[in-house]
Amino acid sequence: MGITTKILYAFLSLGVVMVWGLTLNGIVRKIFARVQGRIGPPVYQPFIDIKKSNAKRTGITHGIMFYLGPVFRIAGGVGTYMFIPVIFGSEIFSNFSISGDLLLVMYFIFFGQLGMALGAGEGGHPYSAVGVSRGLAQMTAFEVPFALSVISLAIQHGTLNITEIVAAQQGGILSWTLFTNPLAVTAAMISMLGMNMYNPFSIVIAPQEIPMGPPTEYQGSFLGLLATNRGIFAGAKLVLFMNLYFGGATSLPILMWKTFAIYMFSVFIGAAFPRFKTEDSIKFFLKIPTAIGLLALLIAYL
Amino acid sequence: MKTIYEDLNKRFTMSGYKQQRDDLAFVTVDKDQLVNAITYLKDYHKFTHLAFVTAVDWLEENEFQITYLLHNYELKVDLGLKVRLDRDNPTMDTIHHLWKQARVYQRELHEMFGIDFPGSPGVNDPMILESWEGPPPMRRDFDTKKYSEETYDHRERQHIEPEDHLRKQLYPED
Amino acid sequence: MIDKDKYKDVNPVEEEVKTLESPKNNWYVDEKTLANADLPEEEREWFSDARPQVVPPIRWTPMEKFLNWARAKSLWILAFGTGCGAIELRPLLTARYDISRFGMAPRPTPRQASVFMIGGYVSLKTLKRIVRSYEQMQGPKFVVAVCSCAINGGMYWDSYNTIKRIDNYIPVDVYVTGCMPRPEAVLSGFQKLQQLIMDGKAEGQNLYAEKFDWYKANQKKVIKDWNMPDYNW
Repeated sequence: MGITTKILYAFLSLGVVMVWGLTLNGIVRKIFARVQGRIGPPVYQPFIDIKKSNAKRTGITHGIMFYLGPVFRIAGGVGTYMFIPVIFGSEIFSNFSISGDLLLVMYFIFFGQLGMALGAGEGGHPYSAVGVSRGLAQMTAFEVPFALSVISLAIQHGTLNITEIVAAQQGGILSWTLFTNPLAVTAAMISMLGMNMYNPFSIVIAPQEIPMGPPTEYQGSFLGLLATNRGIFAGAKLVLFMNLYFGGATSLPILMWKTFAIYMFSVFIGAAFPRFKTEDSIKFFLKIPTAIGLLALLIAYL
Repeated sequence: MKTIYEDLNKRFTMSGYKQQRDDLAFVTVDKDQLVNAITYLKDYHKFTHLAFVTAVDWLEENEFQITYLLHNYELKVDLGLKVRLDRDNPTMDTIHHLWKQARVYQRELHEMFGIDFPGSPGVNDPMILESWEGPPPMRRDFDTKKYSEETYDHRERQHIEPEDHLRKQLYPED
Repeated sequence: MIDKDKYKDVNPVEEEVKTLESPKNNWYVDEKTLANADLPEEEREWFSDARPQVVPPIRWTPMEKFLNWARAKSLWILAFGTGCGAIELRPLLTARYDISRFGMAPRPTPRQASVFMIGGYVSLKTLKRIVRSYEQMQGPKFVVAVCSCAINGGMYWDSYNTIKRIDNYIPVDVYVTGCMPRPEAVLSGFQKLQQLIMDGKAEGQNLYAEKFDWYKANQKKVIKDWNMPDYNW
């Protein structure tokens, strides 16, 4: 397969995951509304919001980093996604999966947040700075159990290639990591709650405390870019978790079904729980999930 | 209440004791003795709570009246102290050293009635009337309607009879 | 609910703009620059001195219609709780009225909001904040004024400190009458606004840019201590 076809296929799958991620966002809004007894916005509401944000007639900027913040963020989202093989055995949805791509993906998950921190910092709004410091602190915290879980997985399968990890999980539901290494899955799923930033870990955009958090000053197409990235990044994270822990997918319907189920896990927890305080949220990640992750690492090592 | 008043009356010039309820009474104090009287009440009679400071404009008598309402938590009684000021040169001693919150009341009185409290912190800062240039608006000789008509734009009144309006809407062909 | 067309005879659109020649005008430098004359000398370079410009709608009508549809279906509300009308926004978010089914949501920052909801009477002090928040909003922006007080002063018709006729200071798209209006009335006001946007009639931002001098003269007439830039981008 030539590199041109490969790039074309990667952009095709990027489009698919963006649409699916935004649709999931819409479904989530609907579910939150139904839990609260409301009707809720239509499922396609995120698309309208992005269209409207991009159609703003005026805009302001605060400097170069302010421009680059959303660009870094979306680069982080796209970069995360580009190195994850989406559908096992499919040529179109294999992206740029290489040996050792797991490390690259772990790096890219961080990358967007850092770029956003720089951009939001230049916005100059105090709530942005508070949100950014909270976000980075929480990210450092939830990254610990997630990294432990991934290392345990790498030791278990003896590889850092996502495709090989998926391949090792083929052949029946019992060969999923969920059943072969349940401790690692537990630690990773808890850290995913922090990654998705729904309650109880929504301290970054905490609507009642720091109204919007980091993107307070972003408007217009900047906001459209950030909202688009929310779809891509959510999709990329879900696909990564599905590949690592839930046996991957061999076709598009299976992928949609599995990512939906994984997402709903954090959404239902978010709809049912109130928010942690900042310090409690960070302490939480460094206690039980880290302990579980260490235990998983120990078992895998032995 | 009566005993407190008698005790006060020995030390300060007071008049016009008026018992409004079992637990509420008002007295009128001399302007010079007011701060002393309040200090005495706070220290010896345990009137530790300043409920409010407010003012009344007696335009006909050319006087302002400031009312301080104090509360005693042990006896659960309120005592109001009234003081009369000259309306042409309204200046009153500040009590912000007794209760810190008094300076907010004094700031408001300065803004709304033009009563000055020398020494009260921030008494000249605007509270709600930013960029105010007229006379103090709560004085009774301030014509608020006239001021409003001169300063702000009005919307012309459009009188529509509900009956006509409904008829036009429901039966447009008539 | 009153829309713009109905009250055309008292709308500022029809009135003459004469302020350019008036000697009081201290912000006009040229067609694209503002003076920011009321700021201290050292603060002037912190703020933008650009005037708002009229941004015409896209010529290609189907595209503009589609964009207007998207704008109407995704109204983000910046609620300015000046008076009792602010209370009426909260029931709208609850299960009983639920404005989120029309794609509306409250936004805490003026940068992202597209509808400015003025809830009730506007005093002199809040007018300054209203002007500032309104000018910080981006793009096609719309104003919904709730309660009679925002229309003609309401029960504060003779108050020494209440602005009557908010549409002399910022362009208003939809008024909702009532003291106070029930949530249903506010909801129908928002739906009227959606209809206006979809018809392409809610061009308040362009109106503001066009009659900028008129609005600014009105604002500076009542706000005596103008200590902010002439246009808050």
